[in-house]
Amino acid sequence: MRWNKRVLPALIAAGLAGLSAAAQAPPASAGAPARFVVVLDAAHGGDDAGGHLANNQLEKTFTLALSVRLRSLLGARGIQVVTTRESDATVEPNRRTEIANHAAAQACLSLHASESGFGIHLFTSSLAPAQPARFAAWKTAQAAWVTRSLALAGVLNSALLHTGMNVTLGRTSLPTIDSMTCPAVAVEIAPERSASQQTTAWLNDANYQARVAAALVEWRAEAHQP
Amino acid sequence: MIPRYQKYLFGILLAASLVMSMVLWQLRERAHLRMIAGQDSAPTHAPEVAPAEQATLLVASDSDGSMLAQVHSLPLPADPGSRARAVLGKLLDLYASPDSAHPVPGGGSSVTQVFLLPAPEASATGAASGNVSSPASLGPGTQQTGSQLAVVNLTGAFAASHPSGIETETLTVLSICDTLFANLPRVTQVRFLVDGQPRATLAGHADLTRAYLAAEAAPADGTRR
Repeated sequence: MRWNKRVLPALIAAGLAGLSAAAQAPPASAGAPARFVVVLDAAHGGDDAGGHLANNQLEKTFTLALSVRLRSLLGARGIQVVTTRESDATVEPNRRTEIANHAAAQACLSLHASESGFGIHLFTSSLAPAQPARFAAWKTAQAAWVTRSLALAGVLNSALLHTGMNVTLGRTSLPTIDSMTCPAVAVEIAPERSASQQTTAWLNDANYQARVAAALVEWRAEAHQP
Repeated sequence: MIPRYQKYLFGILLAASLVMSMVLWQLRERAHLRMIAGQDSAPTHAPEVAPAEQATLLVASDSDGSMLAQVHSLPLPADPGSRARAVLGKLLDLYASPDSAHPVPGGGSSVTQVFLLPAPEASATGAASGNVSSPASLGPGTQQTGSQLAVVNLTGAFAASHPSGIETETLTVLSICDTLFANLPRVTQVRFLVDGQPRATLAGHADLTRAYLAAEAAPADGTRR
């Protein structure tokens, strides 16, 4: 509980949550302990293998392994984690979004992997920010949350840079993210390369995977910075 | 008994038939020789080549996720649809080259057609929600402006061979859209088809069901979107 008491004010100060100002924010009952929920969406799975990575690794396998690792690390810090899949199962994009939206999470991370580019790619929805409304179109529900998603991406970027990762920020149109009603960021992991474009760590490098997971958890600490 | 004049007439007709047969044979031989020599298939006019014009291509780079404006001199047809196809063909040829910073196989033949249609008015969120009328549903009651909707028809082979990933797919889609916006000022919206059919994503990530708006385009100075 001590962790939770520290988390909420820090998030408000960081511009992440803004819970009091948002019409869509889940109503918090008086006296109920504040909770911090993170949704981890391991992209692809089942029939959808995703991209083909080096050494015959599939994107769906990589994202599931990263999701499991992150869930353990976040859970160990007292953070409630909701995952969209726990096995190599096919989960439709709309079902993923439903899981995320029902969780009323403070952060939704969609995990991806690619051999293109290098470092960590953080993507937020390219939808134009819109005012919250009682009813939102399914495919553009994220519009009311884009500002907070950008803030979340900024905090993640800061934390990743702090750990020495190469980070690229961008906007995209991703069906899963565009329908989420939570601060949502798509995290795409690519091989690590040096300034001279030499690959220093491939995606199947266990040490690199551990560093990425640890760095992605560090954003929580970053959010405490004044 | 056959009269004498009939015998003469028959002889004259027979001689005329023989002469005409010989003439016809010679004409046939001459026609055959002309066909073999290819005289009839030889071009009589030089093909018309479209004049070279300056085209601005928004070329993506995977290394930093940026798009840089490059000016190329291309022979561009006068027809806007063909012009758009030629510009996008050059862009995808650059991506298919071995030293490309955004390697995507396929090349210029990956763009089958570019259709230019009157664009219905749509807000940013409305376009993204798929509320923009499909080309087939544009009726007389549709509110239209002078702006145009470009429908880019890609080949299935291009989508199947495109590298999978959010960044690489997003860069491909946005560079196509921004290149159209830069060279066809009336184009304000872009939609995609693959083999003439709607498709959910390019290669598992980038959304191809929505309309991409010029209002969302990045300035052509290499900055990211």
